[in-house]
Amino acid sequence: MRPTFVNIGERTNVTGSARFRKLVAEGNYPEALSVARQQVDAGAAIIDVNMDEGLLDSVRAMTTFLNLIAAEPDIARVPVMIDSSKWEVIEAGLRCVQGKAIVNSISLKEGEAAFLKQARACLRYGAAVVVMAFDEQGQADTLARKTEICARAYRILVDEVGFPPEDIIFDPNIFAVATGIEEHDNYAVDFIEATRWIKANLPHARVSGGVSNVSFSFRGNEPVRRAIHGVFLYHAIAAGLDMGIVNAGDLPVYDDIPAELREAVEDVILNRPRRDPALTNTERLVELAPAYKGGKSEAKGPDLAWRQAPVAERLAHALIHGITEFIEADVEEARLAAARPLEVIEGPLMDGMNRVGDLFGAGKMFLPQVVKSARVMKQGVAWLLPFMEAESAGQERQSAGKILMATVKGDVHDIGKNIVGVVLQCNNYEVFDLGVMVPADRILDEAERLKVDMVGLSGLITPSLDEMVFVASEMERRGFRMPLLIGGATTSKTHTAVKIAPAYPSGSTTYVLDASRAVGVVSALLSPTERERFTAETSADYARVREQFARGQDSRGRMSLADARARAFATDWTKTPPPRPSFTGLRTFGDWDLSDLAEHIDWTPFFASWQLFGRYPAILEDEVVGQAARDLYADARRMLDRMIQGRWLTAKATVGFWPAQAEGDDILVYADEGRTEVAGRFHTLRQQMVRSEGDRANLALSDFIAPVGGPPDWLGGFAVTAGHGEIEMAERFRRDGDDYSAILATALADRLAEALAEALHRRVRTELWGYAPDEVFDLEFLIGEKYRGIRPAAGYPAQPDHTEKAELFRLLEATPRTGITLTESFAMDPPSSVSGLYFSHQESHYFGVGRIDRDQVEDYARRKGWDRATAERWLAPILNYAPGG
Amino acid sequence: MTRAERIAALRAAARERILVLDGSWGVMIQKRGLDEADYRGDRFAGHPGQLKGNNDLLCITRPDIITELHDAYFGAGADISETNTFSATTIAQADYGLEGAVRDINLEGARLARAAADRWTAAEPHKPRFVAGSIGPLNKMLSMSPDVNDPGARSVTFEEVYQAYREQVIALNEGGVDLYLVETITDTLNCKAAIKAILDLEDEGYEPLPIWISGTITDRSGRTLSGQTVEAFWNSVRHARPFAVGLNCALGADLMRPHIAELSRVADTLVSAYPNAGLPNAMGEYDEQPHETGHSLHQWAGDGIVNIVGGCCGTTPDHIAHVARAVEGLVPRRPPERPRAMRLSGLEPLELS
Repeated sequence: MRPTFVNIGERTNVTGSARFRKLVAEGNYPEALSVARQQVDAGAAIIDVNMDEGLLDSVRAMTTFLNLIAAEPDIARVPVMIDSSKWEVIEAGLRCVQGKAIVNSISLKEGEAAFLKQARACLRYGAAVVVMAFDEQGQADTLARKTEICARAYRILVDEVGFPPEDIIFDPNIFAVATGIEEHDNYAVDFIEATRWIKANLPHARVSGGVSNVSFSFRGNEPVRRAIHGVFLYHAIAAGLDMGIVNAGDLPVYDDIPAELREAVEDVILNRPRRDPALTNTERLVELAPAYKGGKSEAKGPDLAWRQAPVAERLAHALIHGITEFIEADVEEARLAAARPLEVIEGPLMDGMNRVGDLFGAGKMFLPQVVKSARVMKQGVAWLLPFMEAESAGQERQSAGKILMATVKGDVHDIGKNIVGVVLQCNNYEVFDLGVMVPADRILDEAERLKVDMVGLSGLITPSLDEMVFVASEMERRGFRMPLLIGGATTSKTHTAVKIAPAYPSGSTTYVLDASRAVGVVSALLSPTERERFTAETSADYARVREQFARGQDSRGRMSLADARARAFATDWTKTPPPRPSFTGLRTFGDWDLSDLAEHIDWTPFFASWQLFGRYPAILEDEVVGQAARDLYADARRMLDRMIQGRWLTAKATVGFWPAQAEGDDILVYADEGRTEVAGRFHTLRQQMVRSEGDRANLALSDFIAPVGGPPDWLGGFAVTAGHGEIEMAERFRRDGDDYSAILATALADRLAEALAEALHRRVRTELWGYAPDEVFDLEFLIGEKYRGIRPAAGYPAQPDHTEKAELFRLLEATPRTGITLTESFAMDPPSSVSGLYFSHQESHYFGVGRIDRDQVEDYARRKGWDRATAERWLAPILNYAPGG
Repeated sequence: MTRAERIAALRAAARERILVLDGSWGVMIQKRGLDEADYRGDRFAGHPGQLKGNNDLLCITRPDIITELHDAYFGAGADISETNTFSATTIAQADYGLEGAVRDINLEGARLARAAADRWTAAEPHKPRFVAGSIGPLNKMLSMSPDVNDPGARSVTFEEVYQAYREQVIALNEGGVDLYLVETITDTLNCKAAIKAILDLEDEGYEPLPIWISGTITDRSGRTLSGQTVEAFWNSVRHARPFAVGLNCALGADLMRPHIAELSRVADTLVSAYPNAGLPNAMGEYDEQPHETGHSLHQWAGDGIVNIVGGCCGTTPDHIAHVARAVEGLVPRRPPERPRAMRLSGLEPLELS
């Protein structure tokens, strides 16, 4: 087969296909395989496999999927493109393919040494490579930069590595055109000319690109995007483009594009002189575009045709589309037509909500849209309430069931719980939300008093897991029989099965993965016909999970603490003496400018908190969730503006630097530069995973600080919050029946706190500690964690022990200086707060301690002045053994 | 001669004539009727479990027999003899609990073959003899699941296979082999792990040696056990820049021929073939007579599709003597010069022209 342009199947890519990502995240590999099979059947000559998704174990997903493909001859017949931005994922992929694959990609981004190493490995694994036009300075945008970087990479590969030139593919970066920014106008031309130059000057090398980027500014208008792709490919292939990651079935034939549109697109792609003196080429295409948008989505501007429908239909439309504008008038109209106000709720409003529930269940609506529907519903009900009270019939509304929800004692996080509450209310369940930091006895007292049908517990930090076990055992002791639901970020099916369910044998305990599962679980548990089967299946499933867990306990190899310490990270301290901060002691920042922070928000986790998974900004044009993401983003920007203008929140920060030296796995902090008086001590934990010689070190955070007796070193610490005012702000919205805005505002406060932590860290690096005064400033750069130094937080993988916050807060005087307090479980209040340590060492990096063994737990307990049982309780999530055994 | 000189001599000889590899080791050892005590020797007298059948162990416990077999094949006219180390990896020797003996088996195996080859070269300087370090497949495969109900499962990891091959290759190199022979490849991914282990040694200062890669087409489907066609297999291993690539085992000469012809077309390096002595009969014995094997390989040589010939299962020094005579004086195949192109593979090849 000798194709002239190779289509690379793009659907087995979690960053490009929401469906594939969902299948992989759920572990539904049989269905994921069928996606690959469809690609091959549709004529993909190569399939691109990408598992880069923050919530996935990408190495494992890549390995599992490629191993499964190997067993499917009708898929495995084509070569694989192993696509990842992480070398470890690429290498895991290379270790699974017997064929000759393409690695996508390597680059000079991290300098020549890393590039040489990865190129050599690709050669020895026997793979072709895609080389991105990216170097130490960044991604190449102009023709000059593209050709300069590609030429340099080519010479290194061919002359130094001995890489066969025919196995090199350059990706000279396709960027969006028609963005309205003049500097972008020549991007397509730059790519096409770079392609032509590469083919003429770098013998045997090939050119590839991610085609859909070019039309990014027309997302939402698929016909115009396809036309742009068609025209772009026509010219790029003529210039020598060999392959591209494209949805092959979706490309129009160049000649089939309407002449007028084609000319306008061509003017933009080729950056021709403008035809119309009044309009730029981009403006002309933008004017033309709506006419070609086609039937799938309507033109911009609100279409009010739905206002002509009967009132019941209008209410349903408002609920499904989350429109509050007309709800009161429509509800009033319905009330006048009905015999009693209650009939409006039980009739058209519930009918509309049922349709929302069905659409959500079928994956046709997404979480933020459902929460908006609930807002419409609440406003409608609020309009009716005075009439119902006047009627004073006193009849209770028939709900589908009563559910009590609470965030457990010691924990303050409630976004996820609130979302679940709203979704349940949308499905006609009556939800009693006790809020955050609720002790067990109050949860159970209220459950009895309100005669609820079940209890739902939520928590985000690890100590909450223990508290949930306690609530479950209390339910058992007090003779409860009702079902218990478990949810929240740190909870898991495994923990629920292994720890919580056994504590409450008299009732059923069910782990609820996310809000979309809540309705299914609750309705099954309350259904007289399904309940028995559901609980039996759940308990059988959990028994299996317990068995698996028990087996897993034996198989995880750990080395002794002594051996792990012998493999600590080693560095020559004399060669690079630690930098001295500009001051020691504490400094406080009273009221940080929120509008500056708003521009530096990392949006990807924000979308994730709404169960919209994907990288920002690509998620905005995702084929499945793109619309929902765009709407949510627009709402979020508006809310941010209100929060900033209204000065609803106050952001505070404090930062400190202390003379410090490492002593074993501890870090000593001194009151003076002479290091005579010890002011505090941080304890760190060391990785104990078995590694072979030559592998990476077994790290502890203390490795990044010079030891006692070594050159003088320093440690930094910080605590920031953007949360003063957040509770009141959310409460205001909730009082108005607007849960959507309440959740939205809380989620944004969270992101502002993260942005503040990021901004402060940057200031530390460039100014306060000052070891990187010339660092470039770019959001992608920051999120990619490319800078020097780290800011690990207690309770996160590098130091999973939350109790270390106590020492940090004491040394920082964090509570008096910032108003942040610690709960008994060491959660920070207000919730939108971040704290952690600063390390300056140039090789310091984030890592996960992973599971630790008994010897380290005993050692740690001794250092902390705890007994072993206390240590085991705080370290429960990372124990490599069953405590007490 | 130094090893570098021997390697140069090997390359020169391959340009001039068709080279001859030795034949089967299993059959020849079987004929000796050795008992458990022969396999154990003094060193493994107290080792638990049965050791009989672990032919590689004889490098340590009956070096006399191994030397006799090298001599028999060199005497029959072989240019190259293989070390008796086909299963000398930690993974394969785990069946016998002999992981700890792997290094010594390879070192001894290489030394015995080296000594025999050097004696023959000294006696017949016009026909230098060479030693190929035999690197066999493993009893565990990286591309296939051991469990039909769990196609994603693997009984071994790439890293484990890599390490197993690495230990074997280091010992063979130190023992003095002239080239590596990765043979009877049923799973290309195992082979790729071996290639990576070999190439990585260059970073550690080991003398780079030529690599010879020989796959196995298991049946008439024309595919390896792991499912690749011959061309896909070649695309998968070409990055090793092998001295030679070929096929061996599983098939007799008649069934192997179309696949050798295909390999000869696509491989821009030397091509080797060492088929079995036909297919085994009902008793598991090979019936093909030495003159028959010789006749087939004579025809292949005449067709210009091979550079190195020899025998696999069921062949004897007698077979090799016939083969050597049959190809004597014939012109070796000239590897084609193929245009540069990106040549990828899954189970099937994909060429971008």
